[in-house]
Amino acid sequence: MDLAADNQQLLINVNNVSFRYDSVPVLEEVSFHIHSGDFLAIIGPNGSGKTTLIKIILGLLEPTQGEVQILGKALSEFSEWQKIGYVPQKATHFDPFFPVSVREVVAMGLLSQKRFPGRTRKEEEELIQKALEQVGMDSFKNRRIGNLSGGQQQRVFIARAVVNQPHILFLDEPTTGVDAETQGHFYDMLDTLNRKEQITIVLITHEIGIINKHVNRVACLNHRLIYHGTHQEFCRSEAFKNMLAGGHHLISHRH
Amino acid sequence: MVDAFLTYGFLQRALLAGVFVAIACAVLGVFLILRRDAMIGHGLAHVTFAGVALGLFLKVMPLLAALVIAVLTALGIMRIKEKAGLYGDTAIAIFSSTGFAVGLLLVTLARSYNVDLFSYLFGEILAIKATEVWLSIGLATVVVVAVIFNYHKFMYTTFDRQSARASGIHVARLDVLITTLTAVTVVLGMKIVGLLLVAALIVIPAAAGLQLASSFKQAIFVSTFVALVSVVLGLILAYFFDVPASGAIVVLSFVIFSLFLLIKKEKRLW
Repeated sequence: MDLAADNQQLLINVNNVSFRYDSVPVLEEVSFHIHSGDFLAIIGPNGSGKTTLIKIILGLLEPTQGEVQILGKALSEFSEWQKIGYVPQKATHFDPFFPVSVREVVAMGLLSQKRFPGRTRKEEEELIQKALEQVGMDSFKNRRIGNLSGGQQQRVFIARAVVNQPHILFLDEPTTGVDAETQGHFYDMLDTLNRKEQITIVLITHEIGIINKHVNRVACLNHRLIYHGTHQEFCRSEAFKNMLAGGHHLISHRH
Repeated sequence: MVDAFLTYGFLQRALLAGVFVAIACAVLGVFLILRRDAMIGHGLAHVTFAGVALGLFLKVMPLLAALVIAVLTALGIMRIKEKAGLYGDTAIAIFSSTGFAVGLLLVTLARSYNVDLFSYLFGEILAIKATEVWLSIGLATVVVVAVIFNYHKFMYTTFDRQSARASGIHVARLDVLITTLTAVTVVLGMKIVGLLLVAALIVIPAAAGLQLASSFKQAIFVSTFVALVSVVLGLILAYFFDVPASGAIVVLSFVIFSLFLLIKKEKRLW
């Protein structure tokens, strides 16, 4: 029982979720909670069901068993998707010749929610500007996104995900292919979003090295939930020792 | 030259229909190219031939028969792609060749190998009737308004389908809408450049616009400009040099596309 979680709002409740691709089991009876203020890392080997779990929470896949509640509502009844931000795996694998500016990418997250289009209102422009400033990309807003580096593109996608000022932000392996120094800055930026902007962060990662410095909770997945709790307990747990023994990817961050 | 456009009703009708259809083609073309669906226009054009043939066979307005067949086929292509797990171009190839074959049979049965049929195949904008002009204006307006109202959603789903779905956008509904709009646009373009060249009117101006644009909005505006210049200049060339308007329009749009390609190359060198 985690006492800290008692004072926090329950944002997401994953209850006994299982999922199969055809007859292959990917997730089996996974249950856990995400509370406001959490910076949760979901870790586990390749093919352990991490991305599938996130997709089920976001309503992109339907579980074969169990249910997910977001902000107290079952997925089928939940409609406030602007409160959820998402940066998918391989977000930067888009067509580099796609003629879209950084500002337009961020605006997608905000303006696609509008029922009737029209000129962007002043307050909408301010939200776009704020999101770009939060990720340190405001000076790039008129650049074509295909002309930026992978790390810069990833920041723009985070700006798009936070432009609606979401309660919770999901990131699926956001630093794949990004160099170690850029990764360090990247995780500092996520820290700021978590602590200053009060955005709950759920991060799928292979990098156990970031756990000590950045996250406060860990969910370790290998088809089943092997561990879920604070990062301090995780570092002392059998699950952690087993992952290290299995040669899991370790990256240390120096700042 | 201006006198001719002020004097002759057939030139005014052609210009009016051409301008509206050009805008609809260019706007939609940008989305189709970026969705990797550029060939759907070509495929639907072949199927539309079956619609025209059905109209001639049943002696109903071929444009309306073509519209119904094109929309149904477009939705069928989408459904078969989704349900049967076929690649998009495979589904298009199956429907387009079958549609053309059905059209061929119907035309033979209706004994309709006549000037009317050839005007649908090769386009006859200078012979466009008043009712067809109004229909073209009405449908083109529907296409453009639908795109304007869904502009941000279309852009988001075209750029990043998965994130768009996760943000609560009904991607499947938008797919139906854009596919239906494409079918309507193909039928509209048919009267301007003919079934055999309609895909060019959708794809080439949009491809030209995409060469130089640094933002999505720019791409839409430049593509529309290219389509308008091609249609208006093509009509002028057709009238004064007595050449087919459809050929002139498509060749002109290709010339502009080539020019833009060169400009882009030059820009990169500098």
